[in-house]
Amino acid sequence: MHSKPKVRFRGSEAANGLLMISPTAIYAILLLAAPLAMIFAYSFMTDGYLKIIPQFQLCNYFGECHSYKDVNGVMTEAQTYKGVWSDPLAMTLMFRSLMISMIVTAVTVLLAFPVAYYVSFYVAPSKKSLWLFLITIPFWTSYLIRVFLWKVILGTGGPINFALLEIGLIQEPITWLLYNVNSVVITLAHAYAPFAILPIFVSLEKIDRSFLEAGRDLGESPFMTFWRVTLPLAMPGVISSVLIVFIPTIGDYVTPSLVGGPEGKMVANLVELNYKKLDNYPLGSALAVSSMALVMAVSLLFLFMNRRFLRGNKR
Amino acid sequence: MKGGWFRGYTIFYLIFLYAPIVLLPIFAFNNATTIAFPLNGFTTSWFGKLWEDPALHKALTNSLIIGCSAAVISTLLGIFASRASSRYAFPFKTPLMGLILLPLVMPDIILAVALLTVLLGIGMPLSLFTVILGHVLVCTPFSIAILSTAFQSLDQSLEEAAYDLGESPVSAFRLVILPLVLPGIISSLLITFTISLDEFIMAFFLAGNENTLPVYIFGQFRFPQNVPVILALGTILVCLSIALLATAEYFRRRGIAKTGGKDTGGFV
Repeated sequence: MHSKPKVRFRGSEAANGLLMISPTAIYAILLLAAPLAMIFAYSFMTDGYLKIIPQFQLCNYFGECHSYKDVNGVMTEAQTYKGVWSDPLAMTLMFRSLMISMIVTAVTVLLAFPVAYYVSFYVAPSKKSLWLFLITIPFWTSYLIRVFLWKVILGTGGPINFALLEIGLIQEPITWLLYNVNSVVITLAHAYAPFAILPIFVSLEKIDRSFLEAGRDLGESPFMTFWRVTLPLAMPGVISSVLIVFIPTIGDYVTPSLVGGPEGKMVANLVELNYKKLDNYPLGSALAVSSMALVMAVSLLFLFMNRRFLRGNKR
Repeated sequence: MKGGWFRGYTIFYLIFLYAPIVLLPIFAFNNATTIAFPLNGFTTSWFGKLWEDPALHKALTNSLIIGCSAAVISTLLGIFASRASSRYAFPFKTPLMGLILLPLVMPDIILAVALLTVLLGIGMPLSLFTVILGHVLVCTPFSIAILSTAFQSLDQSLEEAAYDLGESPVSAFRLVILPLVLPGIISSLLITFTISLDEFIMAFFLAGNENTLPVYIFGQFRFPQNVPVILALGTILVCLSIALLATAEYFRRRGIAKTGGKDTGGFV
C-alpha cells in the first residue's frame, strides 16, 4: 500500500487539457487558421501568373489591377482586371449568392421547424432517435448524385412534367423549373434540411414541459402558449439552424454548377474559375474574403437582432 | 392520435427528403440512355458496365485509400479534442474548440482554396495525401460531435476509482475509458469514412491529376451517355452509405446504453 495518497493528476488541469487538445489544435492552426490567414494576405498581393508578387495593394478589392507574367525572367504586365467590388459580374454573383442563401435559409428553417416540433413533442422517446436517423440518412448519401437527380426531377423529362402532361394539365413541358434561381433554392433547401432540423430539435428537447402546462393552466390558448413560451425557448436552436444553413450555402459550388444554368451561377463558380482556370489567386482570394465578410456581416446583424433570445442562455 | 397534422406534414417532408434517393434506382435499372420518363424497360446492363471502366476502378481505389486514412486520423484527432473538452478546463478552450469546429459552418470551397494556396505556397505537389489533409479537416468536427456525447456521458468516478486502485493515467484510459467509448469510436470511424467517400470540393481542388470517386462522377456528368452508369454506381454507393450509417448508429446507441447516458439523437 502507498503510505501517501497517490498524486492523481500530473501537472495542473490546465496543462493537461492543453496537452490533450494539442494534436487537434495544432492541426487546425496549421491547416485551417494559417491557410485562412494566407488567403487574406494573398488578397492584397499582385498576381504574377502562377507566382505571387508580394506587393501590397487594394486593387483586388477596388479599382483596376494589373497582372504580370514572367517573360524571359522579366516580369511584364500581362492583363488588366477589375477588383471584386468594382467588377459588375463579381458583384452580381456575390449578391445573388447572398440572396439565394437568405431565401434557402428562410425556406429550410421554416419547413424544418414543424418536423423538429413533431419529433420532439409527439414521437415517443424511444422512437426519437429512429426518426432523427431517418431524417439524416439522405444528407449523408452521395451529394453529387442527389443534386443531379434534382436536375432530373425538375427537368423536362422529369416526374413533375411527366405527371402534369399525363393528366393533361399542360400541353408542353414546363421549362422554368430548371436552370434558374428556383432550382438552386429547391436543391439547396433539400441538401441542408437535416442541418436545420437537428439544432431546433435539440433546443425543443431542452424545454421543461411543465412550463407549457403552466402556460395552459394560466389560461393561454395552445397557440399563445406556443407563441409566448415554446418559440422563445426554442429560439437559440432556430438561430443556430439559421447560421448553420446560411453560412455554408453561400459558397456552394455543385448545386449552381449542375442545376443553376447561366442565371443561377453563384460566387463559388467564380472563385473556382479564378483558382483553377485563370490562376489568379489574389483575385480569387479577394472574392473568397469578400463573400465571407458579407456573410459574417449579415450573420452578426442577425445575431444582434435576436440578442434577447440568447441572453442568459448558456449554450 | 395527437399531432395528426404534424405527423402528416412530417411524412410529406420525408417524401421530399427521399424523392431523389427513390428515383435513383428507378433510372439505374431503366433501359434507356436518356434519364427521363416514361420508363423504357428493365435492365442490369448499366451495373455490368461498371466492371469495364479502369478509370472508375482507379478512382474507387483512391477514394478507399483516402477514406480509410481520413477516418483513422480524424477520429484520433477527435478523441484528443473531445476528451480534452469534456474532461478539462483550460485556457483558450472556447477559441480553440471554435477553430477546430469551424469547418462545420465554413463553405468547403473557402477551406479548399485556402489549403490549396498554402500547399502550393510551400511547394507541396497535389496528390492523394493533400486530399487526406483536407478531408481530415472536414471530418474532425463530425468525429468530435459523435465522440463528445460518448465522453460527456462518462462517469468520472469510474476513472477516479481506477486511480485509487493504483492504475496509471494511461492504463486507466485503456482499461476503463476506452471500452466505454469504443462504440463511439467505431461510430466515428464509420461516419468520417462515409463523409470522406462522398466529399467532392476538397478533392476537386486538392487531388491534382488524381481522381476520387466524386471527382470522377462529376466529370462524367458532362457526357450524357455515361449518366446511367453513374446512376448505377450511385445506387451502390447509397446502399453502401446506408449500411455504414446504420452500423454507425447501432454502435453509437450501444455506446450510450453502455455509459448509461441519455440519447439526444447524436450529431449535435
